[in-house]
Formats: sequence, C-alpha cells, structure tokens
Amino acid sequence: MPEVMQERLTDIGPPHYDKFLPPIVKENYGKWRYHEVIKPGVMVHVSETGKKLFTVRAASPRLISIEKIRNYADLADKYCDGYLRFTSRHNVEFLLTKEENIDPLIKDLRVLGHPVGGIQNSISSIVHTQGWIHCHSAATDASGIVKSVMDELVGYFETMVLPGKLRIALACCLNMCGAVHCSDIAILGIHRRPPKIDHENLHKTCEIPSVSASCPTAAIRPATVGGKPSVEVIEERCMFCANCYTVCPSMKLNDPLNDGVSIWVGGKVSNARHEPMFSKLAIPFLPNNPPRWPEVTDAVKGLVELWAKNARKYERMGEWINRIGWPKFFQMAGIEFQKEHIDDFKHAGLTYKRSTHLTF
Amino acid sequence: MADTVVKTPKLDELEKGKWPSFVKEIKMAAKTSPMAQDLLGQLELSYEQKLGHWKHGGIVGVMGYGGGVIGRYSDMPDKFPNVSHFHTIRINQPSGWFYTSKALRTLCDIWEKHGSGLTNMHGSTGDIIFLGTSTPHLEPIFSELTKAGFDLGGSGSDVRTPSCCVGPARCEWACYDTLAMAYDLTMSFQDELHRPAFPYKFKFKMSGCPNDCVASIARSDMSIIGTWRDSIQIDKDAVAEYASRGMDIKADVVDNCPAKCMEWDGKELHIENSYCRRCMHCINVMPKALRPGKDRGATVLIGAKAPIIEGALLASVLYPFVKIEAPYQQIKDVVAKIWDVWCEEGKNRERIGEFIQRVGLGNFLDAIEVEPVAEMVAHPRENPYVFYEEYFEEDETAEEQK
Repeated sequence: MPEVMQERLTDIGPPHYDKFLPPIVKENYGKWRYHEVIKPGVMVHVSETGKKLFTVRAASPRLISIEKIRNYADLADKYCDGYLRFTSRHNVEFLLTKEENIDPLIKDLRVLGHPVGGIQNSISSIVHTQGWIHCHSAATDASGIVKSVMDELVGYFETMVLPGKLRIALACCLNMCGAVHCSDIAILGIHRRPPKIDHENLHKTCEIPSVSASCPTAAIRPATVGGKPSVEVIEERCMFCANCYTVCPSMKLNDPLNDGVSIWVGGKVSNARHEPMFSKLAIPFLPNNPPRWPEVTDAVKGLVELWAKNARKYERMGEWINRIGWPKFFQMAGIEFQKEHIDDFKHAGLTYKRSTHLTF
Repeated sequence: MADTVVKTPKLDELEKGKWPSFVKEIKMAAKTSPMAQDLLGQLELSYEQKLGHWKHGGIVGVMGYGGGVIGRYSDMPDKFPNVSHFHTIRINQPSGWFYTSKALRTLCDIWEKHGSGLTNMHGSTGDIIFLGTSTPHLEPIFSELTKAGFDLGGSGSDVRTPSCCVGPARCEWACYDTLAMAYDLTMSFQDELHRPAFPYKFKFKMSGCPNDCVASIARSDMSIIGTWRDSIQIDKDAVAEYASRGMDIKADVVDNCPAKCMEWDGKELHIENSYCRRCMHCINVMPKALRPGKDRGATVLIGAKAPIIEGALLASVLYPFVKIEAPYQQIKDVVAKIWDVWCEEGKNRERIGEFIQRVGLGNFLDAIEVEPVAEMVAHPRENPYVFYEEYFEEDETAEEQK
C-alpha cells in the first residue's frame, strides 16, 4: 500500500477525447457535410473538404470479455489505424478511411460472431441492465432475454426492411437502470409479491423511519414484531416498486414464484415527427422461463412483425398506435385488455379516453 | 477449482443462435479467471431457480472517493467462493466513446491482473464497467487506472458520469460540440462526481440535435439538446436530386412535418421556418439537401428520470435556446443555483424532476431566478387555483393599487 499512496492521483477525470480521435476526425471535426447509408451497418460521412469516413457498426452482447476487446483492438489495428468507438446502444463501430477495407472487416467480424447492421430502419442492439449476472434486485435476467430475443430478430438488425427505426430496451426491475420507459418495445422485469420482511435483522441493518418513508404509497409503518422493532406492510397498498428494498436489505421482493416480465410499447426519445413519448403497458405479465424465455421472445417478435406489417413509412411503434388507436392495437395484437392496463397511480385520470374518437 | 469444469446446461443453450453470446464471453474469461468460473456456476443456479444470488450492495470504494465502486457479494459464498466479492468498477469513458487500440489494451491488462476479465462496453449511464473484483484489488486498480490516465465514474447520490453523442466528431447534425461540453462539465464537477453530497443522483447528457442519440430527454436530470434558431439550410440542387432519384418528397417529407410548415410544388421546397419545430424529420430524410441552420445552440431541459419513486418523467424545457460556448458559464451558474435549492430542500432519494413536481415549476423558477416563458409548458394551466401571494386591504389608496 505505501508505494500506492506516494503517487496517488485523484480527480484527474477521463482522458481527453482528443487523444482518441482518428486523424480524419480531427481534420474534419465539425465539418461533416452529409452522410449516406451504403448498406446495412455501413455508412459514409462526407466532409466539406470532400474527405470520406466509412463506419462499420457491429452488434455486441454488451457483456464482453477482455479477450473480445483485444479482438476489437486487433481489428482496429488491421483496418482503422488503431481507432474505434462504441455507440450509446453498446454497438462497436470501426472508422475506416479506405473503402476497400469494408468488406474484409465485415468478413472478420462475422468470423468473430458479430453481425453488422443496426443503422437506419433496423432494430439496433437492445439497451439493457445486469440481471442475475450482477444485481441484487433483478426480477429477471437481462442478458439471457436479450440474447433470446435478438436471436429471433437478428434479421432485422442486418437489414433495413422495417418501416422505421425500432428500439428495444430491457430493464430487470422498476429501477430501470436501462431507462426503458421511452422505447418502442420495453421488456421490464417485475415483482408481484409484497416484501418478505426479515424481522430478525431489520433493526440491525436498516433505519426504520427511512424504510417507512421510502414507500411512495405509505404502505409501510413501524411495528414491533416478536419483541423486536421492525415494520409492517399494508399489502393491498404495495405496488411492488421495491424502493423499500433499495433502502433496506431486509425487505426482499425477489420471489421466483411471482417474478416475471411485462412488455411495454410505443415510447420514443427522438423528437422526429412526434414528440418523445413514454412506453405504455401492452402485456402485464409473462413468466420467467429461462434459458430462452419463449413467451417473451414470441410476444416481442409478434409485436415487431405486427408493426412492420401495418405501420406507414417512418412511423415508429407509438406513432402507428396513435394513428390507429389503442383498442385497435389490442385487437390486432390479440392481447386481452385487463384491469392492469388502466393506470391508477398519480394523474391516472389524464390517461382515460376523454372523447368519442373511437374506431369500430 | 480450475480443474473442475462447471456444468451449465441451461446457459449452454444461450451459446446457440446468431446474436453474439454473453455466455461465450463469460466462458472466454473463465479460461483464466476463477471469478468468471464461479460466476457461471452461480448464474446457472439462478437460471434453475429463477432467482438472483447477489446480496444487497455494500459500501466499498477507493480512498477519498464516495462513488465509482458498487459493492457486490454473493449470497452463496461457500458454494461460489471466487465471487464472494464481485464488485463493479465504473470508469469514466472518454467523450463519444472513442478509443485507440492501445488504450483498450491498457484497460484489458489492468483488468486481467485485478478482476474477472468481464466488462460492459458500456454501462447504461455511459461508463466503462469492470464487472467483478474483490476489495483488496480496488486501490491497486485505481492506482493503475489513474497512471494510465483514467479515473472512476459516479455512483450513488452524486453527479453521474456525463455522457454525450458522437457530435461534431462524426455527425453533420451536431449543433454544438457535445464532446467538448461533456469533457468540460466532467472536469468542472470532479468533486461532485466523486464525493456524493446530493439528495440523489444528478445526470447530465448532451445530444447534438433533437434526434437525441443519448436519450438525454428521457434519462438525464439536465438534458442539453442541440438546436438552431434561424432557417434550415436548403441545397436546392440536392433536393431536386432526391426527387429525380425517386423520393416522393410530398409523402416522405412534407406530409410528415408535424408543423405543416413545408410545401413542395414539384420543383422547389419551401419551408416557413418561423413555424418549424426543429423535429429533424425532413433533415433526417434528406441529409444531403437539408441541414440545421447556422445560428446554433441548444435547448436545455430539466428533470428526466425512470419511475422510481414518484413515476417516470421526461425532461421539460428550462431554456428554449442558449448559445453553447466554453466555458458554459450560463449553464454552470444555473446548475449551481439548482443544486443549492435541491440540496437545501430536496428529500432523500428525490430526483430534481420529482422535486420540481413537488414544489411546482413556478416556485422552482423563482428559487433559481429564471423567468418563466411559454416554451416551458405544453399548455398553460387548466384549473383556476392560482396561489396569488399578495392582495389589497380596504384602506389602500387607488394610488397604491396602481
């Protein structure tokens, strides 16, 4: 330790990005004139100076080993003078100045098992969370569902045949580290059983007032159980948000009998055409069925194909549903409308249908 | 333990199929890492039981920092001793996620020596994620990272690692330099990033245009989205070229304009720019012909978050348009005021968006000394319950009433 202390650097921040920009990017920084998508997963950006930068985008499982990162580094050395970048959806992008390198690079990526695509009217990689690989509050796994769903949908990653963009995201609990709440299709892990309270240990590990205060529906109140200070939960008020578990490990919500997955649709982030929108509940519950989650995979694939068949050019999932109306969506998707679909949280009334604009 | 190969029949199913397999990645790491081997074993058990086996958090970190390391412990340390500690390290990514192969190899070498060899490139907030190490390795990792020029990212109730889109580095639509601003804010707020002192997390995300490739409007407490004030730049010849190459400009472009501010007479495209909503659709469809205007800056929005606790929020407008130029003083000044009010009045685990919902946007604007403007609301209030703060008494003269 002492030698560590001597040269201890802190608060240095990240390396300056300038060190990692390829020369062609430095020379044309802020001078890009336009871009064209040449083929799936490949685009060219053309500068005002006439210089061309080719991008090849490849899928990644997000969870990658250092061996894979070294493979990427080797490819960057071989084709891109040692430069590469990643995207906000976990894809890896190789930046080429030589057009003739595109196809050999794609071939090498295929050998490595990484499909090329995810640009324009395609499904890009699924933004997702840690799941059972690394999280204490996960109601489902993340990587396993993503892998299973994308095995089904990879054809839409590698082509541009969809009406518009489709963005899928997965979060393994309501904390939504993957912020799935504005996605065309969101896959969300949910709990359905109120916390099982560890009365033996709660008073040792948690502050009772904080546990009480953590509940957004005031369902938790202090109580003495078995002579020990603890809390009690008014179960009919619990909406399974697990905020109490986040502040107190003795309020466990994970429960294999009741945990599962819900599916949400119609959200978007981009301002193009329609303003950004939240995703809305399509399927309240599907079971956790590892390793391949067939119910979830089928549901997502069905929704993608329904939209692909019926949406107009450029229409995102939510724009399509806005046009046809939710009753028609449920009918076309073959999803039974249930009580769970009706909002009963804050401002729920704003989500009721307040007109006679109905289709029959 | 390296000689006992873990049986993972369920996970093995996920090695099949065309999409890249995370199980293959864990197995790659498991060739040399006992941690990755035990991770496979524990994950297989989770797949059998439909239940995670990680204990709730745990406060670990490097000296002098309160964030950047997420403590993680197996709840079955006897069965899987090599993941009894399995902490995550968040490393602040370079702006725009650009790397050299050399920098990546340096990171890999550090992680090979001190951890599981598993990463996320990248985490949801944007950091490089090193998945799985034990407490004694934390200081050595930190020391080697900083020597290599890297530092930790945020976690807990602090400034989370700012992130930005590819911006002017490779995008013609960038209305300001997102990479420079992300870097500048990150460096300016190092103390706030490493030492949690807020009611809850605070995220900055910078998108160069309203397409918002880093989802800032959905995911950041302060969202800075590039835009322009003047007219869309039109290259008439390029428009004609799109038309001659078969694009149906009326159907594809004009009819999709949310403001209905465009006309196409078969020869020329007219845009009534004073009604343009800067949605980007027409520019997205015809990138060779249309470009954002020249008077560029950003719309600054505030308060996005995921559902926990009081419901999900999209960010709402704070400044309709600001010029974005270093040292970004206007933004930094308002951020300081926002943090003052929120740290003083905010409740534990209350994001700024929830705080604004609780106290009211009008009161919040008073507190941070920003004038209300119509761009901040989707529409004015629909109820008559106005909280007037002053009223006249009987004996006040007509003169005073003026």
